[in-house]
Amino acid sequence: MIYDIKLSIQYVYRAAVAGGRHVLYMTPSQTSQQRVITSLLDITPAPDERIAKTDFFGNTAVEVAFRAPHEEIAFRLRARVERLAEEEAPDVSPSLRELMDEIAGLRSLTPDSPYHFLADSPRVKARPEFKDYARAQLADAAQSVRAIVEAVGMALDRDMTFDPGSTNVDTPPEEAFAERHGVCQDFSHIMIGCLRSIGIPAGYVSGFLRTQPPEGEERLEGADAMHAWVRAWCGVATGWIEFDPTNGIPVSDQHIAVAHGRDYGDVAPVRGVVRTSGGQASKQAVDVIPLGGS
Amino acid sequence: MSSVKPNSGPDAVARLLAGYRPLPGVSDELVDAAGAVRPAWRAFINHVAAMSPEEISHRIEQGDQYLRDAGVFFRQYGDGQAERAWPLSHIPVLVHEKEWATITEGLIQRADLLESIVADLYGDQRLVQEGHLPASLVAMSPEWLRPLVGVRPRSGRFLHFIAFEIARGPDGQWWVLGDRVQAPSGAGFALENRVATARVFPDHFARANIHRLAGFFRAFRDTMNDLRGDTDSRVGILTPGRLNDTYFEHAYIARYLGFMLLEGEDLTVENGQVMVRTIAGLEPVSVLWRRIDAAFADPLELNEQSRLGVPGLVEAVRRGQLAVVNALGSGILETRALLAFMPRMAQALLDEPLKLPNIATWWCGQESERAHVLAHADRMMIGEALSTRMLFDSEDSTELGATLAERQQNLGEMIDQRGAMLVGQEAVTLSTTPAMVDGALTPRPMSLRVFLARTPRGWRAMPGGYARIGHSQDATAIAMQRGGSVADVWVLSDKPVKNETLLPSPAAPYKRSRRVELPSRAADNLFWMGRYVERAEGLIRMLRAWHVRLAETGRDDTPLLGHVRAFPGFHGADPTSEAPAALLSSISAATASATQVRDRFSIDGWTALNDLAASARAELADVSPGHESARALGRLLHKVTGFSGLVHDNMYRFAGWRFLTIGRALERAINMSEALAWFADEGAPDGALDLVVEVGDSVLTHRRLFAVATSRSTVIDLLACDANNPRSVLYQLEEMKEQVAFLPGAQEADGMSELSRAILKLQADVAVAAPESLDTSRLSEVRVELWRVSDLLTQAYLR
Repeated sequence: MIYDIKLSIQYVYRAAVAGGRHVLYMTPSQTSQQRVITSLLDITPAPDERIAKTDFFGNTAVEVAFRAPHEEIAFRLRARVERLAEEEAPDVSPSLRELMDEIAGLRSLTPDSPYHFLADSPRVKARPEFKDYARAQLADAAQSVRAIVEAVGMALDRDMTFDPGSTNVDTPPEEAFAERHGVCQDFSHIMIGCLRSIGIPAGYVSGFLRTQPPEGEERLEGADAMHAWVRAWCGVATGWIEFDPTNGIPVSDQHIAVAHGRDYGDVAPVRGVVRTSGGQASKQAVDVIPLGGS
Repeated sequence: MSSVKPNSGPDAVARLLAGYRPLPGVSDELVDAAGAVRPAWRAFINHVAAMSPEEISHRIEQGDQYLRDAGVFFRQYGDGQAERAWPLSHIPVLVHEKEWATITEGLIQRADLLESIVADLYGDQRLVQEGHLPASLVAMSPEWLRPLVGVRPRSGRFLHFIAFEIARGPDGQWWVLGDRVQAPSGAGFALENRVATARVFPDHFARANIHRLAGFFRAFRDTMNDLRGDTDSRVGILTPGRLNDTYFEHAYIARYLGFMLLEGEDLTVENGQVMVRTIAGLEPVSVLWRRIDAAFADPLELNEQSRLGVPGLVEAVRRGQLAVVNALGSGILETRALLAFMPRMAQALLDEPLKLPNIATWWCGQESERAHVLAHADRMMIGEALSTRMLFDSEDSTELGATLAERQQNLGEMIDQRGAMLVGQEAVTLSTTPAMVDGALTPRPMSLRVFLARTPRGWRAMPGGYARIGHSQDATAIAMQRGGSVADVWVLSDKPVKNETLLPSPAAPYKRSRRVELPSRAADNLFWMGRYVERAEGLIRMLRAWHVRLAETGRDDTPLLGHVRAFPGFHGADPTSEAPAALLSSISAATASATQVRDRFSIDGWTALNDLAASARAELADVSPGHESARALGRLLHKVTGFSGLVHDNMYRFAGWRFLTIGRALERAINMSEALAWFADEGAPDGALDLVVEVGDSVLTHRRLFAVATSRSTVIDLLACDANNPRSVLYQLEEMKEQVAFLPGAQEADGMSELSRAILKLQADVAVAAPESLDTSRLSEVRVELWRVSDLLTQAYLR
């Protein structure tokens, strides 16, 4: 499927800020599952510096710097991306016990190593309630890790309410979990916390979701802004799989990835937001239009 | 002086050591197992024994006096963040150079090992791939900074200045307790300890062959300067600021080594180059000795919550345009669990065993280690695996397994559940060293901090250091905690030592030191300090005038006192109750500004300002209105003018002094125009003119110049338009004009700067004005224009 993607993020400061530096994670990534046909990021005012960079996890980012005082910044992305359909693969993932042994046998710190995604990260800390919840979703000792990941993701979709007004970008996942509500960022953080608590390496993926549902299908939740979902490591043979807990579905050709990391903080669309004494307002708008194609 | 003292000789030593009883099973620095004084200590102990108790306490007082005068303090976290007097234990720790050589040989090997480890963790990661270090331990450490993986430091080296905490065990062997690489503190304090201790024992220190410290610092300073390469750029010390517990040391060492003391706010990054904002614009910085934890160095790529860092700093490092000492990310070397793997990593990377062992450590992330710790829990200290705190540091939660087991119902379960987060460490017993307690030498547990700096010829150890002394006799390590003190470390030579200083030798080629511009933040603080001190003085004078009149009439409902109470300068505060609070807050604002520029401030000036703050609090507490208050305010006034005199008589006319002076003049001009607008107003009650002349400290001058009673014209003439009166508005404008002319950019290509023009125009207006024309509304305009001058100055220099 080919998509035209439009994203616009705007900041309006009540008092002019003296300059600033930001790292942007906004452009779709080039992977085996998706091909970027065009991608254009327009920024006003024109930044004094603009640097393309690749981070530790292999994501591409843009660093921009403004030297002159400004009251407003606007980032506008237009991209055309081809997203390949996910292939149906048989479940060859190990049991939880076997997964532990597989991990213990690894001696690697390369960007894809599961070790980066097991310990606490700045925004997702181990909590007993995550562990209890994850354990409650387990069937038996032989259950495969992939099945566990899907069970936890679907349970969250079932037990939690999608509610855009209930949380903000800085709400800790345990707070959203206590109230059983939130947006895609909260769903994803909670799922990551649950999976890590039982020893499954899990990380965060930011991206876009098709905004116009195929005919006869329901419109998916979280399509008005950037979206987020979870990737989990299911053993050496399976590697990483991705699951969207906000909608309780495995990732499909309706999900277009931008970047991945340990949690939202690694891939926030705009890092280095200036907090001024006067306060600020931000707006985000997303359109993901399918153009058809294979 | 006779060379034979009545109380010298073996008897005196015996008397001195009569009560000195090391604990059994503990080694002691001063005496051996048989109770005999060790050779390195003999001369020193003989010297101490020859002194009377009165002489000793007198000497100790001299050392303490030095520390107080020098303003050495330690900021204690917690309770009101109090500045605590420096806890010097006056008896140094003595080590013979032969033993010292063994220690430093071991530490230099360890420094090389640490360098190899950190280079590997941010490079090839052979240690992990070959199984010498568990990948999970590295991955879960918050000090392993992913954005720095694959980044080679500009100099090719990660570590340039490190410290080790070492201690001697019961068998006499030295052990490494911990590695300090993140931002090791204490080197500056070691210098201060040295100066103070040398004052306690001046004659002995001069005679005994004690290695001097200056050579070490010179070598390190040269290393730092060399790190700039051939760029024309600065070396700075990056401090978290005055609320940090060791800020004093940052300021001290910046002054000692001649580096700029910088905070994150001082810096910005342009095209990968770190720049310092100075009053002459941006200037490049290529070397930073950081005293902040790496995670806080750059909110953009590291901890996004940081307010101490500089956005873009990591990118500057990545591009090789900035050397950071020590490299960002090297803090992972402090991770306590790494100690468990040191022997193995030494074999893997250096192909040799550790010359100096570290304290035995087991990481509970591994099954057999976990079992070992559990089986020997009673002899273990159990603590956080990822902790980078020093063992026994006040916020460290390490506890003896035995103690833990008492509280924790099931230690095994806890270790099972939190295994990867825990380490077990062998409980160590520290050696003891003498401390003077209630006039008698008493053994106290101690550990040493030893500093190493990288020089072009390899690592060099500071011949001395910083001893931490426990506060109670309990010699098991665990008892050494809060309330400890510090001592100087003397490394003794058999031969005379070189007397070194930090000044270059006359033989060295003469090198003109490059002019370093004043950072804008420092200028801002000096400017505001000038303003706040002047504001305090103005308030004191006004309050005193009120109380004097209150005392004269005994009532506060006269028209004049009502007029004073309504003076806009009080901002509605009642002169008897609330105005002193405004005064105190001006003084503490002045002190706060001064604290941020301590590296540019003389010790005398600093002491005088602190004295002023302390007296203000004391003088203004519980004084009754009228005479008593007037007298107290008079005493405060002496302190303020004393401080100002000190600053203006003694401070070198660097740009910093000019900002302070401009601040003072500006504030005085603003205050005076405000006072004149109020008290010389047509509608002001009787006595108002005399009062403003008194507040303007011009009573005698007025009498001599005019020989008539005050009138509106004479008062305005004297306090606004008289260029010879150091209290007049015009005088302040001329002062500002003069000082601004010295600042960078005062003359622009197309003539005068906007700031110079604004001052000149106002100065000309006031100079030619007839006193009658300076009525209340014109005086109010002058105030508005003065505020505009303040804004222009801020725009041009202070941000």
